[in-house]
Amino acid sequence: MKSLALATGFAAILASPLIAQDVKPMMVAFADGAVEDSLTGQAGDAAEGRKVAMGRKLGNCLACHMNADMEEQPFHGEVGPPLDGVADRWTEAELRGIVSNSKKMFEGTIMPAFYIDDGYERPLEKFEGKSILSAQQVEDVVAYLLTLKE
Amino acid sequence: MKKYLVATAAIFAASLAYAGEDSTLAIEGEVFVTEVDAPEHMENVSTLYSGWTFRADETQALQLDDFDNPAFLFLDQAIDQWDTVEGSEGKSCSTCHEDVADFAGLKSTLPRVEDGELVTMTNLVNECVTDRMGAEPWKYSGAKMSAMTALIAHQSRGMTMNVAIEGDAAPFWERGKELYYTRVGQLDMACSNCHEDNYGNMIRADHLSQGQINGFPLYRLKNAKINTTHGRFKGCMSNIRATPFKEGSEEFKALELYIASRGQGLSVETPAVRN
Ligand code: HEC
Ligand code: HEC
Repeated sequence: MKSLALATGFAAILASPLIAQDVKPMMVAFADGAVEDSLTGQAGDAAEGRKVAMGRKLGNCLACHMNADMEEQPFHGEVGPPLDGVADRWTEAELRGIVSNSKKMFEGTIMPAFYIDDGYERPLEKFEGKSILSAQQVEDVVAYLLTLKE
Repeated sequence: MKKYLVATAAIFAASLAYAGEDSTLAIEGEVFVTEVDAPEHMENVSTLYSGWTFRADETQALQLDDFDNPAFLFLDQAIDQWDTVEGSEGKSCSTCHEDVADFAGLKSTLPRVEDGELVTMTNLVNECVTDRMGAEPWKYSGAKMSAMTALIAHQSRGMTMNVAIEGDAAPFWERGKELYYTRVGQLDMACSNCHEDNYGNMIRADHLSQGQINGFPLYRLKNAKINTTHGRFKGCMSNIRATPFKEGSEEFKALELYIASRGQGLSVETPAVRN
């Protein structure tokens, strides 16, 4: 019953409100480096966000940040400040801004913008026109960061 | 020619210790300059450190004794190559050059401008291979070329890095500087972000150095072969998800000159050892 499965799958995509609502990478509205509205209109999933933050091919946040909550992982970087307690220092909107495009918050920072798909030079072909994370992954990471309280 | 005897000991690369900041790099009694005041043309760095400084104790140790340094296996291959006839003219390197030791002082002054063009040691070697020997050019970072340039650079070991950056070198140097500070790739970073702003910091499992090239070509435990400067530049660009320039390109040659000048005052260490 392949055709029926395909047809229902297709219908489900059409009906899904999520896809229509994702804010496109270059359309994200920043105010003082912060992004007020969710990029997906959906709540982030903190457990998923923890995985995204840890993944070397995804957030790879540990490359630069120590994070006591990920103690089980070897090799935490020291290029950026430790992530411990970030939820005490930043609001949800600020964290969304920092993860989406930290250059709007920290001028000239080394931290990559995780939700832009244009404006960088000479990308490897396979990354051309792509953002490092998807809108939902950004929301998931933000939800995870909000759990980092001291 | 005398060959380098190398102990083919097993090498254990994995280690977390990198407490070697204060240690001295001395080989057979010869002490190398691994820390020195930065030259005046460097705006944001006051002290230069050799990449050796930032490596784990075990990796450092491999460079302290030529018998332990796996690079010398490759230098021995280059010594064989030195006497090997290649090409239509029936010549080898040794047909024209009496002793490779005569090349002392070359690595410390390259790249340099000749007839308006910036040339690297690789260019100079290939000029001999094609124009004088009548052979096909060697691949820029191929095994033959990496080993031969390492052997030639080794003749300058202990000498002070001293490339010309003024006069006709100036425009190339400016271009290299511009590339050094230009952000590239999906991660949108410049060489300076890691090697100027963050040397000494850990980036995940790596201890960031100043990205000096005074030890190149060098042996890496990671791929168990000789690695060239342009090969390393390529690797760093891919890591930030940028399309690398080609090895031997004008861009990488200019970058090489600029980075060599950022090491002005350090000793040549070729062949260095890295993880
Ligand atoms: C290549 C380095 C790098 C990577 C990778 C990186 N960051 Fe950062 N981050 C920084 C730096 C550096 C700062 C400090 C801002 C500055 O001065 O540039 C920072 C700041 C922050 C801050 C503010 C911290 C505070 O207490 O002020 C947060 C939150 C943050 N990063 C989250 C993340 C997350 C989440 C990821 C992965 C999805 C990530 N970073 C990946 C380098 C990095
Ligand atoms: C995201 C960080 C990062 C960026 C950006 C980066 N590098 Fe590196 N580079 C590294 C790491 C990590 C190493 C290995 C440890 C070390 O020596 O710093 C390295 C090593 C090197 C080395 C070898 C140094 C030695 O002693 O063995 C050179 C040379 C170098 N980089 C040049 C460059 C150049 C040129 C650029 C820009 C085109 C660049 N790097 C950009 C992270 C980076």
